[in-house]
Amino acid sequence: MNKTRKGRRRSIGAVFVAPYAVFMLAFGVMPALYAIYLSVTDVDGGFTPTANFSKVIDDFRFFSAARHVAFFLGIWLAALLVLVVFLAIVVHAIRARWLSASARLFFYLPGALAGASSVMLWLFVLDPVASPAGPLLRAMGMDSFTNVIQPSHLPLIFAIIAFWTGAGGWIIVMYGALNNISTEIMEAARIDGANPVQVAIHIQLPLLRKWIAYMAVLSLAAGTQLFVEPSLLSQASNAVVPNDYSLNQLAYQYAFDLNDFNGSAAISVLLLIVALVLSAVFVTKGGLFETEDV
Amino acid sequence: MNRIQPRRLVRQIGLLGVLSVTAVAVLSGCSSNGSDSSDGGRGFSEAKQDKNSTITVWVDATRVPAVKAFQKANPSIKVKTVTYDGSANGSNSFKTKMSLYDRAGKGWPDVVFSSQNNDASWATQGVAGKQPFAARLDKGLIPAGTLSGFAKGALNPCTVDGGVYCLRNDLAQTVLWYDNSLLKKFGYAVPKTWEEYQALGEKVAKEHPGYIVGSVGDTWTPEVFMWSSKCQANDVTDIRKVTVKTDSTECKRAASMLDTLVADKSLTKLSVFTPDFVKTYTGKVLLMPGPAWFAGAIFNNKESLNVPKGRLGVSAPLAWDGDSAVAGNVGGGTWFISSHSKNLANAAKFAEFVTTDDAYQVDLGPGYPAYAAAADKWVKKQESSGYYATDLSGLTAAAGLVWDGWGFPSFSQEAIWAKTITPLVSSGKSIEDNLGTWATAIKNQAKVNGYQVNE
Repeated sequence: MNKTRKGRRRSIGAVFVAPYAVFMLAFGVMPALYAIYLSVTDVDGGFTPTANFSKVIDDFRFFSAARHVAFFLGIWLAALLVLVVFLAIVVHAIRARWLSASARLFFYLPGALAGASSVMLWLFVLDPVASPAGPLLRAMGMDSFTNVIQPSHLPLIFAIIAFWTGAGGWIIVMYGALNNISTEIMEAARIDGANPVQVAIHIQLPLLRKWIAYMAVLSLAAGTQLFVEPSLLSQASNAVVPNDYSLNQLAYQYAFDLNDFNGSAAISVLLLIVALVLSAVFVTKGGLFETEDV
Repeated sequence: MNRIQPRRLVRQIGLLGVLSVTAVAVLSGCSSNGSDSSDGGRGFSEAKQDKNSTITVWVDATRVPAVKAFQKANPSIKVKTVTYDGSANGSNSFKTKMSLYDRAGKGWPDVVFSSQNNDASWATQGVAGKQPFAARLDKGLIPAGTLSGFAKGALNPCTVDGGVYCLRNDLAQTVLWYDNSLLKKFGYAVPKTWEEYQALGEKVAKEHPGYIVGSVGDTWTPEVFMWSSKCQANDVTDIRKVTVKTDSTECKRAASMLDTLVADKSLTKLSVFTPDFVKTYTGKVLLMPGPAWFAGAIFNNKESLNVPKGRLGVSAPLAWDGDSAVAGNVGGGTWFISSHSKNLANAAKFAEFVTTDDAYQVDLGPGYPAYAAAADKWVKKQESSGYYATDLSGLTAAAGLVWDGWGFPSFSQEAIWAKTITPLVSSGKSIEDNLGTWATAIKNQAKVNGYQVNE
């Protein structure tokens, strides 16, 4: 390839990337930089590198909110990683075309409801009086909405809601990734006498590693920002689910209840650091940025 | 593998940077501040006044008739109505939006209705040297004669450090509502004290299970039972000082009564605004301690208990043995005038009209007016409707009995109760045993909101 053609190709690439880059800078990078600036300054703009951080960490709600988010993330990420991969492999293994297609549609449907509206749906599912699952809830000893949303149940409830709304999309993505595995490798494995379980463990899983890491990184970023679910449940339960349940809600409270944008920014920056560190782990362990020079 | 040359990469990033700065500038627009302001002698610095400018008023859906009544009475004054949620149910939207306008330096409405009564605690305090939102009203903006016409204690939620910063729309004093016909049928007398109330509750549980004497399922439970027992859980002693003392006899007696009656099931754990409550207890509410607005909200409401004409009675607040009777309070809206208003004269006229004029408060207002003269006429109008089984003197008596030892801090006592006590009650635990937990939660919340907790 000669030099000018190569150059032209690069500039066309830049044109394609530019709109994304502009919006990412305007609505991702710049707000993050502004948050970092706010987090190390006081109300009057004076430089206070640690004051905001120590203030929010000393807040009696901080560690309980962090614990809530951690529990939720633990349950949700584990469920995603295990169940999504399992279901995708099962769907992929289904030979009957119509069954496989309808299973994918079935998994994907809940994800078609936009975030807040799907949570609204769950408000009814969780109320034993209105819920189609009412008898089940009552059989588990929960006869009122307040009993269902006892504090100890919340991480599980939020994880179920998030899984229900988000997992379908990932199953489709994993299904696509499974389709990408070359049939030759699969054939070879089968000829060597591998059963479906062995194929899954020794061929499909290792080849899905990057996709799993990708799902983990994106889900982690979304999960640490838990906000819509507890906020709506808080409104619906007349504050029995506190409005400072998650870290993101606490940041919101700082900004709009305490009128303390600097404290709010400090929480956001802490969240950013945690999410970056954990993402780095997933990226390196999952080999997400490795390029195949085959 | 292709490698992008570092120099080219730098150039591309530079290009993107220029593009994005342009985009941000276009998207956000440029704000300017720098308005003419002067001290009008009313205790805050005033924006340049324009007598003909339109006033913007924020109201909840229920208060829209108030604006219409004002426009009918004052067709020459231009009013723009913005409907919002009234900051109800802890949405805090009034505070949230004003803090955003404070940051932008413009955009404030002229008059705001809030269904909450703790807004004065933040609206009178400027953040970072900015002018507080609420205009002071008792230094000439609203005539002293008007202010003194409000019921005793009605302006307490509006008063900060001796200054008055809002006008009260309606009172929400707690009384004892009862079903007169049911009481007669069962042969019970209306209790006069909380001890009698508790005894009656225990009796109902035995003799007529399924009937109730009240509810603890709502967030205002502490305001109905703890406030009216003089429990010192929320005593705001100074702008940013609060005393929280829940180990007193006053708190324990109320908590123990609630525990007993919840265990007996004569107090329901359901919120009165749930379909389940309406389904289970229509025709079975014998007694119900609660605010004045329960009359319209749950009793005389087709979609709620729908108590027929001639059955609902009201009695003045109950006393504890050997103590004087006081009332609690659950809400009661407030009207604020913006200190940034360009038309303070019309804004003040509006706020005065909607709180005091018969055309709204008596003819259209759903709640017990905070303005005494309007309240008298409102009560007469209600009595003449023939709906109630008794006169409404109980309501009038309660209006002047709201205990002033329970303050109006910037944080929500209802939210604290909901998240700490409600889950305990619904899982069958005792309130009395957890009064300490409650106090700790209040103190913690007070501290993060910048309050000093008096020891």
